[in-house]
Amino acid sequence: MLAKRIIPCLDVKDGQVVKGVQFKNHEVVGDILDLAARYRDEGADELVFYDISASPMGRSVDRSWVKRIATLLDIPFCVAGGLRTEDDVRETLAQGADKISINSPALENPALIDTLAREFGKQCVVVGIDSRAEDGDYFVHQYTGDDKRTIKTRRHTLDWAQEVAERGAGEIVLNCMSQDGMREGYDIAQLKAVRDVVSVPLIASGGAGAISHFTDVFEQANVDGALAASIFHKKIVAIQNIKQALRECHIPVRL
Amino acid sequence: MIAILDSGVANLTSVQAALNRLGADNVITDDPKVLRAAERVILPGVGTAGAAMKALRAKRLDDVIRSLTQPVLGICLGMQLLFTRSEEGADCLGIIDGDVKQLSAAQDLPFPHMGWNQLELSKSKHPLLLNIQEGAFVYFVHSFAAPVGVYTLAQTTYGQPFTAIAAQGNFMGCQFHPERSGAVGSQILRNFIDLETA
Repeated sequence: MLAKRIIPCLDVKDGQVVKGVQFKNHEVVGDILDLAARYRDEGADELVFYDISASPMGRSVDRSWVKRIATLLDIPFCVAGGLRTEDDVRETLAQGADKISINSPALENPALIDTLAREFGKQCVVVGIDSRAEDGDYFVHQYTGDDKRTIKTRRHTLDWAQEVAERGAGEIVLNCMSQDGMREGYDIAQLKAVRDVVSVPLIASGGAGAISHFTDVFEQANVDGALAASIFHKKIVAIQNIKQALRECHIPVRL
Repeated sequence: MIAILDSGVANLTSVQAALNRLGADNVITDDPKVLRAAERVILPGVGTAGAAMKALRAKRLDDVIRSLTQPVLGICLGMQLLFTRSEEGADCLGIIDGDVKQLSAAQDLPFPHMGWNQLELSKSKHPLLLNIQEGAFVYFVHSFAAPVGVYTLAQTTYGQPFTAIAAQGNFMGCQFHPERSGAVGSQILRNFIDLETA
């Protein structure tokens, strides 16, 4: 059985792992290699490194840490944030990343997804979608890495999810914004709605705060993986305990 | 010394790093002399069978690979290339008798087959399986695979069963990525490194 995945996400700024309070006042939490090794040893199935040093002005960033991570890890990892062009992606994959994830650049230029899938294979092209419920529908938001620039687009989340899958996204990470950082559980209804319209792997993001949130999202929304950040950074729950609970619910996990 | 064959189309960083973590001397090369002299050879591969075979033929490495007598391990596409041909539109190396086929997109399963899936071991006592447990999880990323055959050491099921680990004589292959398969993958690479050479 294909295992359901538990995916810690680390925010990276200038080669360090940071955490911010509502995208501001980033404080260094630790060394990127130390934390990557910790999650690997705790049983993470995959890691996502979200490079927040890149986004705002499109300046090029130092991604030399990607190769150091690739050398250290024996599990797959994905690099997100600040990848805007085919060349950015080529360089990142050449450094040893298994996947890359794009979000705002895909909204600016949806054809980028087609190009990347054709050039590098859809298996390494992940598209992140930031979405929020509003007026009985779900809308995509853009530039969410920066509070002042975040905008609500006119795109409906379900339409956009279908479009990115058709264009060649190999995986979708749905970040449910109203849940983000709340630790009150994943947005099951929204994830289910997206699950119903796309068949590519779907990763839940935003809202994990307890073990039951993981069993709920896998059982009720049939997602392929669950991503979380603060719950792991703050050691609120251990990955192995989540996986034990999932196994007790007969959800296939790698233990 | 382990030679990692550089066909020019594969990303070799992860494979090399895995060997380094195991303390195994290695070199990335496309030099026939180095390949023939190596104690072991790893044939990685990503991309399509057609492009990979074209790259090998352009460097005249196809005959070199066929002539190797030391342990050879194909990884992912590198394993598929050991077979007769691939449905991905290419004649392959023809070392192991069998045709690589596209996994059928039945049962609404997402493709490519990507993620951690389980090994179902054959009864073989092959040393490549040393200390590998039934049901162990390894990391896959692929859309094509070899069917189950006499060469199958372990199979995996995704909609249908396919060969996850193959061996025929000195040629072996993993459809998954041992370099990204945690402790289980490291053990398989360790077993390959520890194989006795003739």
